[in-house]
Amino acid sequence: MWQWFHRLGSPRWFYQASGKWLPWLSLLAAVFLCVGVVWGLGFAPQDAKQGNSFRIIYIHVPASFLALAGYYVMAFAGAVGLIWKMKLADMVMKSAAPIGAVLTFIALLTGAIWGKPTWGTYWIWDARITSMLVLFFLYLGVIALQHSYSSQDSASKASAVLSLVGMVNIPIIYKSVDWWYTLHQPATIKFTEAPSMHPDMFQPLLVMILGFYCFYAVVLILTTRVEILHRERRTRWVQDLVLEAPDNSNSGKI
Amino acid sequence: MFQFESVNDFIQMGGHGYYVWSAYFISLSALTWLVMSPLIRRRKFIQEVGHQRRRELARQ
Repeated sequence: MWQWFHRLGSPRWFYQASGKWLPWLSLLAAVFLCVGVVWGLGFAPQDAKQGNSFRIIYIHVPASFLALAGYYVMAFAGAVGLIWKMKLADMVMKSAAPIGAVLTFIALLTGAIWGKPTWGTYWIWDARITSMLVLFFLYLGVIALQHSYSSQDSASKASAVLSLVGMVNIPIIYKSVDWWYTLHQPATIKFTEAPSMHPDMFQPLLVMILGFYCFYAVVLILTTRVEILHRERRTRWVQDLVLEAPDNSNSGKI
Repeated sequence: MFQFESVNDFIQMGGHGYYVWSAYFISLSALTWLVMSPLIRRRKFIQEVGHQRRRELARQ
């Protein structure tokens, strides 16, 4: 068990292993997303009340799911880095922040666009929307902290603490639709009950959620790999790795 | 079964086309950026460090 833990903590091992996972994960993500988008846009029946604007759900809900799941990943990696001083965990935390920020941005923006034809307004200070905005700022805070220290160790510690403190916001987001019942509708999908959607509408949503999970994994791995290269640039294996690629740095110059 | 009668119908989305397509387009651009940004940075890194390393090796 501990040997496995140490191996997983080795950036070099992760770089090499993840190179083998990437093609399969990318393929899965591409297939799920393509099928989900075509199904959701063209083949799912339109909503009785909302008409076709409801098709935004196929981006809005998966992006929101991953915005939250991404926060767990970031806070968990931050905690592992803080407690066990695992370097790879620090790199994962740093990489997860901008990805989570973009996904939260997509969730907020598609929600705003969807709000216009459905509620008659782009924005309202509803509890769910406001707590998602706080999540967005937490991601931005971690990104800012990463860039405001000259020492990477201090930056990692500070952003790990911020992301752990920010965990308080997560249950608020989940419960906001039940505690303050305003405009945002309650959760469509619950683990404990059957979904409150027709299966014809729900199946493409499930495909999109799976696609977003695979997509998230691909992007997190890609970003972490670049971070590994940058931090390990002085090691032997990175110095050998850069020689394998052809030297194009002078192309275009005479 | 396909829900729309024509391509034009599909683009119009029953009057909601503007909302649906802008949401999908902006999301697609953001997701594309998420994939491209690490790929571009990786390429730049390998070019820069690889170039440095080759110069060092040539000097030795």
